[in-house]
Amino acid sequence: MREGGAAAAGRKNGVLSPCAACKLLRRRCAQDCVFAPYFPADEPHKFANVHKVFGASNVNKMLQELGEQQRSDAVSSMVYEANARIRDPVYGCVGAISSLQQQVDSLRAQLAVAQAELVQLRMREPNSSTHLASSNHQANVGESLWSC
Amino acid sequence: MSSNQNQNQNGARSRCAGCKFLRRRCAQDCILAPYFPPNNPHRFASVHKVFGASNVTKMLQAVPEEMRGKAADSMSYEASIRVQDPVYGCAGMIYQLQNQIMEVQSQIDIVKGKTAFYSAQQHQQQQQQQIEIGVGDGGGLGFGDFHGVDDQLLLWNGLAGVQHLEDKFN
Repeated sequence: MREGGAAAAGRKNGVLSPCAACKLLRRRCAQDCVFAPYFPADEPHKFANVHKVFGASNVNKMLQELGEQQRSDAVSSMVYEANARIRDPVYGCVGAISSLQQQVDSLRAQLAVAQAELVQLRMREPNSSTHLASSNHQANVGESLWSC
Repeated sequence: MSSNQNQNQNGARSRCAGCKFLRRRCAQDCILAPYFPPNNPHRFASVHKVFGASNVTKMLQAVPEEMRGKAADSMSYEASIRVQDPVYGCAGMIYQLQNQIMEVQSQIDIVKGKTAFYSAQQHQQQQQQQIEIGVGDGGGLGFGDFHGVDDQLLLWNGLAGVQHLEDKFN
């Protein structure tokens, strides 16, 4: 069953035109075509890249294995990865993962340094509550000893 | 990836994981053999499931030979992530990492904000103490010059310094 938007885009003079996938694969676009809701005819490059990297058969199998509500997100992520692989044939989107992981590690190191600086600063406070509390505690202990 | 891994006990060359999976003869110049050794069948299985053998071959042929090892590794990694997460694959991992970056960055901003606050507080307390000391002894104890962290605020020179500060705050 095609989504309303994609079906509306596919109609011309009341006749449904094939989706981008079926157009590229040169086959009849069935009423229940798996690709049709996600690869409209007016975005041919979207399917072309996905087909180049993953292959139509694999995309079909992967979509069939998912629930209908998950397919849109799956297609979006496959399009993203396919585009990344075409831009960078060696590393694809794994290059971005590696770079982001390094950023996370670097920021965590910065956070550790900033936290250590804050702790040092707090320890230097002459009138900190911990300092006063320990003074009061000692005074109270002294009083309680005398009162025994 | 060494092609020596493709040799069996008799020294004869066994099929690579790709040709074994595809049930075909493994040619001497098989493009898959260096990167998909027979002792790791799952590596090729996941790559084949996600990309397909034909696409893997084309993608390896499209890169220079010295980069094919890295290309095969990245395809294998991408495929394994897609098998684990069939909906979002590597895109999901990128999204999570971007969120982590924002989260850690905001934690850094909070800690730096607190550091600036406590630093300013201590600075103010020090200033206050210096004023009290100066007013108590009339400057006769010979404190002399004192230059604090911020010279504009903490320029101090006995009674003259006290007068300077009073002028500043009145």
